[in-house]
Parts: sequence; C-alpha cells; structure tokens
Amino acid sequence: MAKQYETVIGLEVHVELATKTKIFCGCSTAFGGAPNTHTCPVCTGMPGSLPVLNKQVVEYAMAIGLATNCKITQVCKFDRKNYFYPDNPQNYQISQLYLPIARDGYVEIEVGDTKKKVRIHEMHMEEDAGKLVHDEWDDTSLVDYNRSGVPLVEIVSEPDMRSADEVIAYLEKLRLIIQYLGASDCKLQEGSMRADVNLSVREAGTEKFGTRTEMKNLNSFKAIAHAIEGERARQIELLEAGKPVVQETRRWDDNKESSHAMRSKEDAQDYRYFPEPDLVPIVISDEWIAAVKSRQPELRTEKLERYKKEFDIPQYDAEIITASKRMADIFEATTAICQKPKKVSNWLMVETMRLMKEHDMEPDDIRFSPENLAKLINLADVGTINSSVAKEVFEKIFTKDIDPEAYVEEHGLKTVNDEGALKETVEKVIAANPQAVADYKGGKEKALGALVGQTMKAMKGKANPGMVNQMLRDMLK
Amino acid sequence: MDILSLTATELGKKIKAKEITATEAAKAALEQAKRMEPEINSYVTIDEEGALRQAEEVQKKIDAGELTGPLAGVPAAVKDNMCIEGQLTTCSSKILSGFKPTFSSEAVLNLKKAGAVIIGKTNMDEFAMGSTTETSWYGPTKNPHNLAHVPGGSSGGSCAAVAAQECYYALGSDTGGSIRQPSSFCGVVGMKPTYGTVSRYGLIAYGSSLDQIGPVAKDVTDCAAILEAIASHDVKDSTSILRNDYDFTSALTRDVKGLRIGIPKDYFGEGLDGEVREAILQAAKVLEKKGAVLEEFDLSLVRYAIPAYYVIASAEASSNLERFDGVKYGYRTAEYEGLHNMYKKTRSEGFGAEVKRRIMLGSFVLSSGYYDAYYLKALRTKALIKQAFDKAFEKYDIILAPAAPTTAPELGKSLSDPIKMYLGDIYTISVNLAGLPGMTVPVGKDKNGLPIGMQLIGNSFREKTLIRAAYTYECETEKQYEAPAAMACRTAGSGAAGTGKEA
Repeated sequence: MAKQYETVIGLEVHVELATKTKIFCGCSTAFGGAPNTHTCPVCTGMPGSLPVLNKQVVEYAMAIGLATNCKITQVCKFDRKNYFYPDNPQNYQISQLYLPIARDGYVEIEVGDTKKKVRIHEMHMEEDAGKLVHDEWDDTSLVDYNRSGVPLVEIVSEPDMRSADEVIAYLEKLRLIIQYLGASDCKLQEGSMRADVNLSVREAGTEKFGTRTEMKNLNSFKAIAHAIEGERARQIELLEAGKPVVQETRRWDDNKESSHAMRSKEDAQDYRYFPEPDLVPIVISDEWIAAVKSRQPELRTEKLERYKKEFDIPQYDAEIITASKRMADIFEATTAICQKPKKVSNWLMVETMRLMKEHDMEPDDIRFSPENLAKLINLADVGTINSSVAKEVFEKIFTKDIDPEAYVEEHGLKTVNDEGALKETVEKVIAANPQAVADYKGGKEKALGALVGQTMKAMKGKANPGMVNQMLRDMLK
Repeated sequence: MDILSLTATELGKKIKAKEITATEAAKAALEQAKRMEPEINSYVTIDEEGALRQAEEVQKKIDAGELTGPLAGVPAAVKDNMCIEGQLTTCSSKILSGFKPTFSSEAVLNLKKAGAVIIGKTNMDEFAMGSTTETSWYGPTKNPHNLAHVPGGSSGGSCAAVAAQECYYALGSDTGGSIRQPSSFCGVVGMKPTYGTVSRYGLIAYGSSLDQIGPVAKDVTDCAAILEAIASHDVKDSTSILRNDYDFTSALTRDVKGLRIGIPKDYFGEGLDGEVREAILQAAKVLEKKGAVLEEFDLSLVRYAIPAYYVIASAEASSNLERFDGVKYGYRTAEYEGLHNMYKKTRSEGFGAEVKRRIMLGSFVLSSGYYDAYYLKALRTKALIKQAFDKAFEKYDIILAPAAPTTAPELGKSLSDPIKMYLGDIYTISVNLAGLPGMTVPVGKDKNGLPIGMQLIGNSFREKTLIRAAYTYECETEKQYEAPAAMACRTAGSGAAGTGKEA
C-alpha cells in the first residue's frame, strides 16, 4: 500500500496598513499617483534624512495583535534588515526581528465541522519597498518610490495548517479580523495582503517535520490553493523517488500554474540584522493597550450575534452578511433607512451575490449606495413595481447606482393596476392561445403559467402577476 | 583694525554696533581663505557668491532689528557631512561627487536663524572615518600651526579653518572624538554635546548612535554662543531630546569653587606623551587654585572602549553607507554589466581604503554567527562603560583628561598603521559610547609649537558645568585666541604646496 503523507503548512502574511501617511514620514500612502510624487527625502533614503515612527501604525499593529490573541511586546524595537536592491532606497529595510510588536497568538478556524486553532508565532511592523518598472523599449529599469515606506505588518503563523482548505480558512479569518478593525482593506489582487506559503510533507504519523520550501508571488486564494496542491505533489514525488526536498524559495507562476526555484538556502542572504539606531524603543504602557482595546470595533462574532437579536434574521443570513465587513456595513446602513432587515438581507444574499460573482467582484468593490437599495425595497414593498422589474432595476443600481424612483418613473416601469387595461390584454391573450386555454380547461394547471407569461410579456412586465393570475382564472371559469 | 583676529562674538558685537558690516566680515574671511587655502586645504567648497548674498541679507535684517543675536552677520563654516540645500555636500568622498541635497540640516537652519553667514563646507576624513583628515578624497588638510603636521580628524577642516582664521567658527561632528581631537591639535575650543542635544537631521550618518554635531570656536564664549544657537529639540530626529536649559551662555561665569574634578589615572598612564601630561596637569592646578577639588580615581574599562567603539561604529556605518550605490545620486562607475556589477564597481571605485575597511569590519561583526560574539558583546561593553561613568559622576562634577595621547602627528605617518591610529582615540571614544558631553580647551604647546588640548567631560546634560570650568580656566590664564605662529610668515602669494583636489 502506498505511503500516506501529511502536508504541514505555515504562513507569512504581509498586510498593508490603512494609514493615511507612511510609516516613517508624512507622505501619502494613496495607491496610484504619478511615479515618485508621494515621496520625500525620508522615503527615498536621501543622505541625512531620518525616520520618525507613525503612531497610527503602532496602534493598528496593536489592534491586530490583540484581536488575534497575541501578547503585546511592551518594549519593542525596530531593526535594520540589510540587502541591496534598487527598490529599497537605503539598501536596508526598517523591520523588526529581535523584539516584534506582538507574539504568541492564535486564531480559530473552521473547516467543515471541525474547529481548530492556528497559532501565530509573531507579528512585526516594517516598511514596504518601492516598485521597479522595467522599460523593455530601452532596456532600463526605473524606480517608483511611491510605495516605499507604506506601513506593513507581517504575521507569521506556526506550521499548524494541514491543507489548502485550512490555509484559505486561516487567511479569510485574518482578513475578516483586519478588515473589521479597519486596519487594512486586505486585497490580495492589489497586494495589500500577500501570503508566502511554507510547506513540507511528512509521512503520516511521524513527528519530525520534512524539509520545507517557501512559495512566493501568490496573488489570489485560487493561486494559493493550486500552489499548495502542486507543491505537495512535487515534494511527495521527490520523496517517493528517493530524492531529497531542497530547502529553497520558489516562485509561483499564475499563468503556468506551476512554481520554479528562485534561490536555495545556500545562497540565502545574510541580512545582518541589528537594532535601528535612528529610532528609539517603543514603550507600550498597560494604559495604551487598554485604550486600543477599548476603541476596538465590534468584531464578526459579536456582530453576528447582534444581528440575530436586533434584526431577527436567521443564523444563515447573519453568517453570510457578516462574512465581509463591507457587506455588513451596507446591510446596517440600508436597514437603518428602510427598517426591513430581512428584505435587505435577501437582496444582499441573493441578487448582490449573484451579480458580484457575475462581475468577478469582491464585497469591497461594491459601489451602490444603501439609500438606493432602501428606495428599491420600498418601491417593491408597496407594489409600485413587481419583483421582476425590481430585479431589473437592482441591476442598474448595482452597476450604476441609479436612483430607482427616478429610473422607474423615466422608464415607465410602474406596475399597471388598471383593471380595464389589463382585462383588454388578457382577453387578447386568451383569444390568441386556444390550445393553452383548452389544456387549462382540460385540467392542466401548468397551462395557466404560460398564459400568465404571455400576458406579462404583452404588458412589458409591468403588470402585477398576482392580479393577472386571478383575472385569468376568473375569465376561464 | 585686524578683523580676522576677533572672536566670533567680538565680531558680532562690532557688527551690531555698526563698526563693521556683515559684508566686510564675509569679504575678510573669504580673502583669508583664498590666501590660506593653497597651503591648508580646509575647505571642500567655498561659496563666495552665496556668502556675499547671505551677508547682504543678514545685514538688512540686522539693520531692521530682526537679528540681534551674538552671531548675527558672523562668517562660519560647516563640515561637509551636513546637508545644505542646493550646495555640494560630499563627506569628502568621491562617491558623493556632484551631490546637492534638496534640504538643509537642522543645525545649519538653526545657525542661519542666528544670522550666520556660511562661507563654505570644510574638509574631513572621508565619511568622518579617520583621525587625521588624510582620508579625504579632496586631499589632506594641513595643520595651520605646522604644515608638515595633520590637523587631526575627522573635523580637521573645521578646526584648521577656525585656527587659520578662514572663518570665525565652524560646525564639526563627533562620533569618537572628531571634534575634540582636532580641536586639541589645532589649538581651538571644541565641544561634543550630550547625545540628542543637536539634531542629527541632515547630518550624513557615520555611526548614528554616536554621532553628534558641535561647535568649533576660538574661545569658550564663542563655543557657548554657538551651542546655544544650534541646540534644539527636533521632531524630525527621534533621538533628539527636549531640554529646558538651552541658555548655555549663562554658564560663562568665573567660578569653580567646590567643583569636584576627577582625574582618571587610567588616562594618564602608558602611551601618554610627557609634555601633554604636564600641560594638562598644570591646567588642572589652575582650576584647583580657584577652589576646585581635584582627586585621582580609576575610571576602569578604558581598554575595552576602543574595540567596543570600532565594532559599534563600523556596524552602523556598514549599514548607513549602503545607500551610496550609484542608483540615485553621486558617483556611478562608467561601465558596468548589470546591476550587481554596477553596485560593485561603483562602491569599489567610490569609497576610499579606510571606509572600505570599516564597511568590511562592520559587515563582519553583524553577519550571522558573529553577531552575538561581537556586536552584542560590544553593546554590553558600551552599557558597562556608561555605568562606570555614572559611578564616577556620583563623586565628581567633571572628569579632566587629555584629548589625545600626543600632539598632532606628521602628515603621512598614521594611515599605514590603522590600529595605532585607532588607539589615538582612547581618551575621546568612551564619551561617545556613554553619550556624554565633552569639551576641548587649549592649554599650551609642545616644544615644536604644536597645541595641546585639555578635555573636560561632564555628566549627561551638564554642558554648563563644562563651560563654566573652561571659561574660568580661560580667564585665569588670560588665554586669548592667538593665530598660529606659523601663519605670521605666510602672507598672500606664498602658497607653495598644491591642494591635491584632484587626488
């Protein structure tokens, strides 16, 4: 019988913090902007410049640490990580090695029906690097330092995960916590959340870890899942063939759906870490920790419970809505206007989800306003429009955030409740469909549906389907 | 009237009294610089046009009553490791060829607020690494007291410029003695303030945890006035300290009664030149006569200071100097293949031997596997040295010592034996490791006419005690700033030695 293998995975997750200014200077962290416009002597590493720590970075890092059950290091320090690369203007990165801001935490994840804890080894603060832009035309590289000095935290887990599902669950959990804290938007595609996967395999039942590799450049949950499956298979294949796994860093290629070795342990760089002499140690008092804790917003579990109680919506709805901070925010804002929580929840869970999937969007990409959704719910509720018109209008709200009242008016989409006009149409439909009429009269209930459909079509969808149904039944008696 | 022989504050008074204009003063200093530079080479850059423009602007403000400080209108020089916006700033290194910063250092801005007219940037050991100003890419600076000797370093250009009257005062920086030792060699007053007193923003770092900017002056009064002008709390420098005693000139009083002075036996033993020892102990007696209490004591740990210093300073330097890579500014090698070759060639060609030595040393002590044995051990040594000083300052107000074991060595005699050169820093280095203020005051000359300096070391934030003791000494000995004797016979047109600017 073939050997059974267990996959052992630990993650290093980088998260860009949502501060307005950079970690060591006053430059904007805004994404985009013409190259080198969000820069100053500090974030371009000019001689003589000195870093000054942004307090908000420490507070966000503390909030994340506390929300992930970490111990806050009350005297923490920055260190320099030395390596030469042009995107790194000083050729050292200010990071934390010896005394990181938070340590020894965990988050709880759920896969299927199984709950488990993934331990967090440590979390540290650091600065992001700039971006190299390669000009193929004249074969030169240019550097854009707009991103240089954008604050990051790196969250390093213990090797506690055993499958891609667990990894995704862990990442989603982290993302949710951090988004709820408002500390980052955590977008994988845009790089505000990045995960490096450390993976090894071992024979089931053994205690000793196998040799691990580190996988970089994973820009989506899909890529992460594929990379894990691929790397697991690659390592097992090596072991089965009696070959050793080499400790190395591998780069994932999303197009090829495979990875290749970047550098082995032998040519791993010696970063010559040492305490950053330009910054003083950060002393975090109990009071400061208490203050950050007290400002901590409602996290998901609390919100979920409150939704069930306050809005009387089912567990299932509450789970889906609170799975994203953005979704929960829209839910609350819309409910506050229209006071119909279950209806709001339905619109979010069904139509919104469907359209997001169709447009390949994340909840954070949603642009419609709660006001317009609330108006739509009210229009449908009082019968001004019927449900199919409502869906059609919602698509416009979703894509263009139109005002549904104006839109319905302009496009004449109000339900026709005028019996005279309806009766005329119904009569025409009966006359034009003798076969269906005969079928219905012969006991085929289904045939009525076809006649309703024909009537609605003739009414351009604006009729009240209930009314049409009743009228047909009455007239075919 | 001989304008040049005035001290900075004397000149400031005359400008205030409208006896001299700022422009006249600037012109006098510029002319003197032109006269002396071919022989001394104190400056990397002389900004004649800028100086005259500044002088005019400052004079207008003085006339309008906007500038009333003691240094308003007085010509000054700045060590070439402090950034001045739009002005060549080189650290005397080839690798910063053509580098013009986009901002000015805080200390320079403070000087300008005080009405300084900055006439140029002074020569130094490359990146402040050296004790002789011979490692400069722009050629060595000579000692105005004897051109065959070095001025000391690394602020040799600043000290020589003040001594040779090419400016009225200057700023230097001191990482291991770089203000105090050349001040001693050039017969001027120099001070390294308590770490954190003068902002390091805009100072191109050598050893960040040790670097401190300070005054180089003709006398103690000037020194106090300059320190008062440049000291400030700067939010741009996280290591800058907010103090409530920036009125350093208030300490210019003639009173040392009851002042407890400790004389560390370990600083007067083997290796100290006999003449230097005599001159310094003589100076101590002057203070004793005025009521100070002298006592010998063991400071201890002295011999660990040099290795600890060279480990810490080199480690920090190896990282601080990484940014000089040819990518964004300064020197880039002419031909290269690919990025790594560009880095390698640029840095190999751009840095001098002493800088490379310290980068290698620093990289080594930080490398994995050696960090604990060298860097951490050095940090622990640093902490112990600080403790030794703390203990001494429980008993003494001031520690009195030499600034250097000898007077200025001859040119060309030091670089071939770096260990010996490093040992010359023995009396100054501990002060940086402990973050303390230290001051050099001229106390005499050796038989060759080379100046000898006494070093006064105070507890943290006790610059005023140092100023008071130094001022008392100066008054008691009626010491006045005097131009180097060697200069008397060197007037206009006699320049013989080349400056070696294209070295």
